[in-house]
Amino acid sequence: MNPLLQAKDVNIFYGDKQAVQNVDLDVHTGTVNALIGPSGCGKTTFLRAINRMHDLTPGARVTGQILLDGEDIYAPGVDPVAMRRRVGMVFQKPNPFPTMSVFDNVVAGLKLAGMRNRDQLMAVAERSLRGAALWEEVKERLNTPATGLSGGQQQRLCIARALAVDPEILLMDEPTSALDPSSTAKIEELMTELKKVTTIIIVTHNMHQAARVSDTTSFFLVGDLVEHGPTDRLFQSPRDERTEAYVTGRFG
Amino acid sequence: MSDPARRLPTRASMSSGSDRVFQYLILALASVIVLVFVVSLYLLGVDSWPALRQFGVDFFTTRTWNPVSGTFGAAAMITGTLVTSFVALIISVPLAIASALFVAEYAPRWLANPVGYLIELLAAIPSVVYGLWALFVIAPVLSRWEQGYFASPEKIAIYTACKNIWDQDRTTLQCFFVPSAFDGRGLALAIIILTVMILPYTASVARDVIRLVPADQREAMYALGATKWEVISRAILPYARAGIMGGVILALGRALGETLAVAMVIGDSQDIIKSIFGGASTMASVIANQFGDAQETLHRSSVVTLGFILFFVSVAVNLLARVIIQRLTPKGVK
Amino acid sequence: MSTATSARPQVRTGLSAARRAQNMMMGGLILLATLLVVAPLILIFVYLIREGIDAVNLDFFTKIPAPEGETGGGLLNAILGSLYMLAMSSVFGVLVGIAGGIFLAEYPRHPLMPSIRLVSDVLAGIPAIVMGLVAYGLIVLNFGFSGFAGAVALGFLMIPIVVRTTEEVLKLVPQAVREAGLSLGLPQWLVTLRIVLPAAAGGIITGVMLALARVAGEAAPLLFTAFGNPNVNLDPSKPMSALPLEIYRGATSAYDENQRMAKAGALLLIVLIFVTSLLARRFSRKV
Repeated sequence: MNPLLQAKDVNIFYGDKQAVQNVDLDVHTGTVNALIGPSGCGKTTFLRAINRMHDLTPGARVTGQILLDGEDIYAPGVDPVAMRRRVGMVFQKPNPFPTMSVFDNVVAGLKLAGMRNRDQLMAVAERSLRGAALWEEVKERLNTPATGLSGGQQQRLCIARALAVDPEILLMDEPTSALDPSSTAKIEELMTELKKVTTIIIVTHNMHQAARVSDTTSFFLVGDLVEHGPTDRLFQSPRDERTEAYVTGRFG
Repeated sequence: MSDPARRLPTRASMSSGSDRVFQYLILALASVIVLVFVVSLYLLGVDSWPALRQFGVDFFTTRTWNPVSGTFGAAAMITGTLVTSFVALIISVPLAIASALFVAEYAPRWLANPVGYLIELLAAIPSVVYGLWALFVIAPVLSRWEQGYFASPEKIAIYTACKNIWDQDRTTLQCFFVPSAFDGRGLALAIIILTVMILPYTASVARDVIRLVPADQREAMYALGATKWEVISRAILPYARAGIMGGVILALGRALGETLAVAMVIGDSQDIIKSIFGGASTMASVIANQFGDAQETLHRSSVVTLGFILFFVSVAVNLLARVIIQRLTPKGVK
Repeated sequence: MSTATSARPQVRTGLSAARRAQNMMMGGLILLATLLVVAPLILIFVYLIREGIDAVNLDFFTKIPAPEGETGGGLLNAILGSLYMLAMSSVFGVLVGIAGGIFLAEYPRHPLMPSIRLVSDVLAGIPAIVMGLVAYGLIVLNFGFSGFAGAVALGFLMIPIVVRTTEEVLKLVPQAVREAGLSLGLPQWLVTLRIVLPAAAGGIITGVMLALARVAGEAAPLLFTAFGNPNVNLDPSKPMSALPLEIYRGATSAYDENQRMAKAGALLLIVLIFVTSLLARRFSRKV
């Protein structure tokens, strides 16, 4: 089976400074893939290349190819706006739209795409909120401000918001770094469920989290993809000594 | 703030004594600010009293302003102030927000800084210079257009019909847009120049708050597949709305009190407003145009009362801005 | 939500033409609006240079206005009057303004702090002409029109501007700097005067310059305080002229020569204001 996402010789620059070099990576449908490494290693930079977020940063440049379903998302003629709809994103800190209700947050992406039918929107909202394990907690308060939710609920709302547009890939950038342990546990549990409907790439600072939730893990160091492989294998018998040093906690 | 634990024990007594003296000195100087406010309130109140006692509520509701007969009602200037300010605000706000978006979201850095600076300079141009420019440059343009009403017979007919209506102290929607004066001065010119003058206040506040919208708000909307405009209209502007409203109200405050530019171009008429091209007056313009000539106590007191009203209105606008900013500020993003 | 790739949109499709068009159109409108906003500044500047530059010559700086109907003359009375009144108003406005800023920034727990900040903010929004009325009632009624009365009105206007910038820049001085001073055994007032204020000096000077630039252009509060004077006068108890006053009189005068002087005066005034605010920015960037 062809990989859902293929990165080929990806290099990322901020101005003259190179942040990521020569990354090749395959991601398969229905898996959770963790990107780990110390701060500043390029893992978040690489993640943000997958939905062309770098287009928004003046001076940032991406070379190489990133193929989604075999199509290069950086090919000329690809509209980044249309392409981003296929890739969901969850951020480090919960970032619901503070002036919108819970419901409006979830369906924000659908409204962009022109869906106006209230029943249809409601159906998707329910499905997405259930998908993010939030439905039971918010079904009575869909029309209250999203900012009334707790931090962990807000982050699951952001997951529901990303799920609502039915993305092929869900990018998660340290999604639990701002949350308390019990909210973190809920979201980790959720990821196992989510891979039934989508494919996850998660950047995490926390090796134990990577070990718990992911099928494959990629270890980044100063812009290089040092090692990539099944999570169990990478943690138990790393092939590169730098990986070994990192996963055994000798630095980072 | 004389926390002795923070100082060396040997210096404690000496320094807390000198600290107290310094604190009283600073407090005394800072209290001058409050003093200025209280003295202003007192002087304006005392000088307004003769007019307020004489006319009472009628001062606000009647529109006869006649120094000869000694009858003063400020309804015309109050209306003039509200009309010029709100119309100018309505025109300027979208332009100001657009220019703020250009500087904060669209322009590359090498262009954003100079354009932002130009907009700030716009706020630095003195009122009297705006007035001069409006009088010498825009008024002739308006005047030429107004005089066009005498060029064609149909238009003269319209004008004559409107003149009849105006003479009965009435106006119609059509006549409201027929020129009643031909030198370019009047309500329309005052609105135009006021619009230009208050633009930079909203624009620079809006730019600052738009820049403060967190990056992840923008990115969340982009990640859902939004175009740039959709990100602006659905994520950035809603998030920044409190600050932008603050800027709008700041501009409103400026517009209500704006004096010389308006006084120079509005045509200083205390008549009922019959045409947008006719003369009018605002509270501030009447103060500028009449205070110097006001000899009788009642006339002078009535002019000061206009200042007193402006004083209260600007205090109220300031407090309103605080409430609105507090109400609209996004809270609780965890 | 079935399995991954089924009925999902492909990369090249998706975005509707309407959304694309709306995005382009709004971008265009925003650019257009920005041009509209900036245009008056350029138009005013170009107009004043074209119409006023001829009159800016040696006479302009050394002579007083010619009698009505005659040509020639200058604005020496106004230039000196403006400088004189600005200097006087700064003594008062800067002292009170900086003290107010220090109070708000350095004594945040003082019970009077919130009310002084509120009053200062409110004062900033009161129209300049109203401050002119206040100075009239305070001084002119008792002592007659004078440069001093004008300076008081301008000083009132400066205070809240200086307070705000001083408070802002003092708050930017790191707490560690204050603690370092206190730990040396310096009393707090010496820490404020010798360490905190010098550290914030650049920003405070910027604030003062911006306040000066702002009030230098005010004519409204001078109309019935300084009143204006066709001759050079350096006695603060007598009526005094100022650039904005001469511009106002000239612009509303029927004589060509007066109008010409007004345009030249306006050119000088905005060049001075622009240069001052440019310098102020440079200053704050360096510090």
